Amino acid sequence: MSSWNLFYERFITKGGYETVLSGLLATVEIAVLGLAIGILLGTVIAVVKVMPKYNTLPKVLNVICDIYVAFFRGTPMVVQLLIGYYVLFPALGIMMDAIVVATLIFGLNSAAYVSEIMRAGIQSVDPGQLEAARALGLPYKTAMLRIVIPQSIKNILPTLGNEFIVLIKDTSIVSFIAVVDLTKAFRMIGDANYEYVIPYLFLAAVYLVIVFAITMGIRAMERRLKKSER
Amino acid sequence: MKDNIISVKSLCKDFGDIKVLKGIDIDIENGEKIAVIGPSGCGKSTFLRCLNCMEDPTSGSIMFNGVDIADTSVDINIHREHIGMVFQQFNLFNNKTVIENIMLAPVLLRTKKLKKQKRKNFFAKLFRKYDKIVELETTEDEIKNEARERAYELLRRIGLEDKADVYPSTLSGGQKQRIAIVRALAMNPKVMLFDEPTSALDPEMVGEVLDLIKQLADEGMTMVIVTHEMGFAREVADRVLFMADGVIAEEGTPAELFDNPKGERTRQFLKAVL
Repeated sequence: MSSWNLFYERFITKGGYETVLSGLLATVEIAVLGLAIGILLGTVIAVVKVMPKYNTLPKVLNVICDIYVAFFRGTPMVVQLLIGYYVLFPALGIMMDAIVVATLIFGLNSAAYVSEIMRAGIQSVDPGQLEAARALGLPYKTAMLRIVIPQSIKNILPTLGNEFIVLIKDTSIVSFIAVVDLTKAFRMIGDANYEYVIPYLFLAAVYLVIVFAITMGIRAMERRLKKSER
Repeated sequence: MKDNIISVKSLCKDFGDIKVLKGIDIDIENGEKIAVIGPSGCGKSTFLRCLNCMEDPTSGSIMFNGVDIADTSVDINIHREHIGMVFQQFNLFNNKTVIENIMLAPVLLRTKKLKKQKRKNFFAKLFRKYDKIVELETTEDEIKNEARERAYELLRRIGLEDKADVYPSTLSGGQKQRIAIVRALAMNPKVMLFDEPTSALDPEMVGEVLDLIKQLADEGMTMVIVTHEMGFAREVADRVLFMADGVIAEEGTPAELFDNPKGERTRQFLKAVL
């Protein structure tokens, strides 16, 4: 049997596509939820970093955030996954699905990167915008949320798109903690017959399509945001 | 009996080692129009920005509404609602349309108070303290509608109601500044601070902005204006402050200060700009 026939048999007849679909779902879920957590937490960290630091509380928070970012940017994500799944959560006595752990770790990791992106975004907004909002009597939090952060998002959208793409592709490492993602699913198909050429080429094509779709989506969003300001 | 709206006592402001303000004392009466002039770098803008604590004073006191707002334990936001500020660079919110720019602060701040009352009522009900429940005077929709009406009224006043739904990037400098002024007015401030309101404008647009400020002055608004427009200062101000090196070097009515300056610095400055 040719390798193409072997692949076809595995993929369609013997139900390999089901594994691939659930793998695709896992990949998308981890990346999307991870990015969501990353943006929320990353924004909080970024705001802590740009906050005026007259009092002790912001200073302490700032140090905590620095340590956080240093840890998550300074160690490989695989290591973070392993520590989370095999060391940290078991030690805390929390039993969690591998996919939940993966999503959390992706979120925490992404927050470290997004916080820096967001900080640059916030600093790219004219300080006068914050001043004007504060002068009207709006509290710092409201002014940031309503005026500064929406404007910074517009500036950093392309970079956030980058982060999303990186996250999608990085999900290929979650099989380290036994999550069946897209990569693992295709490897399983290959493993069945020790025939990897077509599954891996197929795998690459699927990633390519996903990333292309994201790129298009981001571009559409950018266009819309730009139009709203003309 | 003088009716002071702001009274500043020995106000100092340092930026690191640099002493920008070196003890400023001034009482501003209700309805008074004060122009602040002086060479660049003398601390005019810093003085103005201290009045609503955009810069926290290093020492000294600023009494406003009977409260020392220079005290950092005071919630400055409540007081800023009553102090309108207009910036040299307009600072309209770029992500909001003109009408949203004007409505934003009144709506947010009133809604916040409403929500707080709602929360209190909820807990009062929860603990069966029915006497503590306060009838809500308004709803969120009402707040929005009132703010919108007021915003349109203000826009009509400056003849820009057709610009209500455009974003600031499409407006001229003069239009932006006039909208920035009515945005501050939408909060019904007791005093307005102008930080060189015409310095970033093309010459042909200066007039429209000054006209609006002059209208406000004629209506009796208390205002402090940092300006380089000497003609305007002379025409509008009740009192002119000449600042130099972080202190008020000379003050007086426009006639006194412009026609008979006493200090050598004042004479030099006026000679250079007039």
